[in-house]
Amino acid sequence: MSRMLPRARPRSWRVPVFIAVACGLLAGSCADRASSVTLAGSTAFQPFAEKLADAYDAAHPEIDVTVQGGGSAVGISAAINGAAQIGMADLVELPPDAKIPTAFVVARDGIAVIVNPANGIADLTMARIRDIYAGAIRNWKDLGGPDRLITVVSRESGSGTRSSFETILGRFDLADSAIIQDSNGTVRATVADDAGAIGYLSYGLVSDAIKAVKVDGLPCTTELILAGKYRLVRPIYFLCMGEPSPAAKGFIDYVLGPAGQASIEADGLLPATTSRGAR
Amino acid sequence: MKAASDRIAERILLAVASTAILCLLVIAAFIFKEGIPFLLKVGPRDFLFSSDWRPDAGSYGIFPMIASSLWVTFGALAIGAPLGILGAIFLAEFSPPAVVQVVKPAIELLAGIPSVVFGFIGVMVLAPFIRRVAGGPGLSVLAAAIVLGVMILPTVMSISIDALRAVPQSFREGAFALGATRWQAVRMVVLKAARSGLLAGTILGMGRAIGETMAVIMVAGNSVKMPASPLDSARTLTANIALEMGYATGLHRQALFATGIVLFVVIMILNASAMAALKRKGAARR
Amino acid sequence: MNAHKLSQRVAVALLGGATLLTLAAVAFVIFFVLEKGLSQVNLEFLLSKPRDMGKEGGIFPAIAGTLFLSLLAIAAALPLGVGTAVYLAEYTRENGFTRALRFGTDCLAGIPSIIFGLFGYIFFVTTLRMGWSLLAGALTLAIMVLPTIIRSSEEAIRSVPESWREVSLSVGATRWETVRKVVLPSALPGIVTGVMLSFGRSIGETAAVIFTAGSSFRMPRGVFDSVRTMAVHFYILAREGISTEKAYGTAAVLVMSVLAVNVLTYWLMHRFIARRAR
Repeated sequence: MSRMLPRARPRSWRVPVFIAVACGLLAGSCADRASSVTLAGSTAFQPFAEKLADAYDAAHPEIDVTVQGGGSAVGISAAINGAAQIGMADLVELPPDAKIPTAFVVARDGIAVIVNPANGIADLTMARIRDIYAGAIRNWKDLGGPDRLITVVSRESGSGTRSSFETILGRFDLADSAIIQDSNGTVRATVADDAGAIGYLSYGLVSDAIKAVKVDGLPCTTELILAGKYRLVRPIYFLCMGEPSPAAKGFIDYVLGPAGQASIEADGLLPATTSRGAR
Repeated sequence: MKAASDRIAERILLAVASTAILCLLVIAAFIFKEGIPFLLKVGPRDFLFSSDWRPDAGSYGIFPMIASSLWVTFGALAIGAPLGILGAIFLAEFSPPAVVQVVKPAIELLAGIPSVVFGFIGVMVLAPFIRRVAGGPGLSVLAAAIVLGVMILPTVMSISIDALRAVPQSFREGAFALGATRWQAVRMVVLKAARSGLLAGTILGMGRAIGETMAVIMVAGNSVKMPASPLDSARTLTANIALEMGYATGLHRQALFATGIVLFVVIMILNASAMAALKRKGAARR
Repeated sequence: MNAHKLSQRVAVALLGGATLLTLAAVAFVIFFVLEKGLSQVNLEFLLSKPRDMGKEGGIFPAIAGTLFLSLLAIAAALPLGVGTAVYLAEYTRENGFTRALRFGTDCLAGIPSIIFGLFGYIFFVTTLRMGWSLLAGALTLAIMVLPTIIRSSEEAIRSVPESWREVSLSVGATRWETVRKVVLPSALPGIVTGVMLSFGRSIGETAAVIFTAGSSFRMPRGVFDSVRTMAVHFYILAREGISTEKAYGTAAVLVMSVLAVNVLTYWLMHRFIARRAR
């Protein structure tokens, strides 16, 4: 007579395997955590931070550098409450009530204003851009373009890029009908596909799919940013509560040093300082 | 001896079942603890019925988000539930088992695809299509409804197939003996017997649609304006929370938790009405 | 009679049409992802670590992270879920408590993943000081998939014919023995369906995972290490516009993993059913 199989039977080989894996994981958890540095915050800078962390790890295997995202504001709050030793934030100005005594500028990033390649407009003044984003100008024909509604694309309110964009243009209320996307990539995809769209993103991400317009007659280039003429620029901060720990300080020094800055430049950001010492 | 182990088993199972509801209570307590103070301060009327969401200026009106969530969810159900249930009927009642063995796994594969992939396909393919064919920004209530409808399809279909299969064959045989065609047997006997299972599948699908965050953020457009048509961009309650949670502090953060309370209450109302519907039709399972 | 036959033909045609439409949707999604992503997938992609911010190299840490996280979550949720379902279906009559319990699980099912993410972040990551970790992520995911497992297990258990239980009890088995040896084995396909749906969902979950397991791209060495799942990696790649090719490659691996899981489970189930039939 065939035995009725009890419930555990078909998974009986899984149980010992699982226990073995679990023991392995728990054993690994008892690793020494004293020499670890956690960064958290700006999603725009996260990939760069990871690359820097990898390079730093290769040179200093005893230090464990981990990078998290979450957005500029998470960076600030993580630095304050200690979840991260270093908070990353890409904001033009830090919020006044953030009590972060120690801030290092590690890089700078330009913001390009983009439109669809089929859009004839090649140049916009900052005032016009602000009017578009505030909803005062709604059709491209009012700017000398075709008769097409403007699709305004912006970022979520926690985005450092957006705060910087709005601060530099002069505070305004974003139009109610603006499309909100939560990343550079999706802003680019939206503008690339919608003939009437306008958006902004890190200028390192400008590709052939979209067209960057000149702002006040100036194109978004490294030279003009370094010269201080192109104004849509924001710094990227490393924030620490008090003095950074030795491990954190080591990493910050690496990022600010020649190897770190070269890596940052190679990937499309701007170095922290220029020969003019602009910050 | 046997009876003792039986009672121990029962006790353990009771403890386990209680843990499940304990989890629910903890999460509920957590949401309410953060959100209630906000509601007391700002007042539910202003919160729920004002259309002005500008946290920087201190106004927290989520009426457009509530409307958007409802539009998107019912749109998703309009697509996902009929396709799911009709497909389930076809597979469970009218196809040879060999076909079902191939098709059911294929559809369950859809359930495993991450919502962000759906969202990305929505952005790359669906939104441009809608923009070209129907106008508007493309990133819209319609796009979100279609994407979500496809996403909840496997949930509804899988559970519906199981529910239909669970109807004893004797029910069908009884109908055949009375001279019914297969379709008549299904329509008049099987569907009624499987009703609670079908409803369960739809409810779980609805739950998933209301709660979906990532895909909706990517395709719905997220504007704070009240959507006037399915082609308008919209921001659901979940998208509102996800977009702003990262940076919100103080009253703003509490407002987002209060949004969580609203979601919670909406889900409770939906579930309660589903249960009431079941009771009215007198569904006795055993 | 003819009218009935005709209406049946029409009905079957409509039903078949619905099924075809569904299959078309499945096919479209899968082929879209695979067509764009399969070219990226090779042994190097699967087994090596990422280089240059994810523009090059592979996604091995993400694959490992996904596996560890999902398995841990299912391991936590399975006993809890099936136990609850057994209790509800076998040991209680329909009363206020069971209705409340079922109502509660339905509500849990409806809570958006983002709220689980926040809860996990504040409760597991911060209050319980687990940090962004595998453990926090797994516990959060476990609570998320619990209702699915409870619901589908309960449906499966309830569908076991009453007569089987009666026969078992009449030959002297206790209720627990009946559950263990008669009810659960025959309810197994339905339970496995629920587990599979849950496993699939946990692989694809993004919002809750980012807040709790973090997004560190390292190989996890212990349960307190942060991990990045493939879904999170795809999201980050696609979102920041770093590398669309690698993003599609990741999505392709994701889809193929889910396919593999499904195939494996069906094979296991058929083996099990075949053995029981002997």
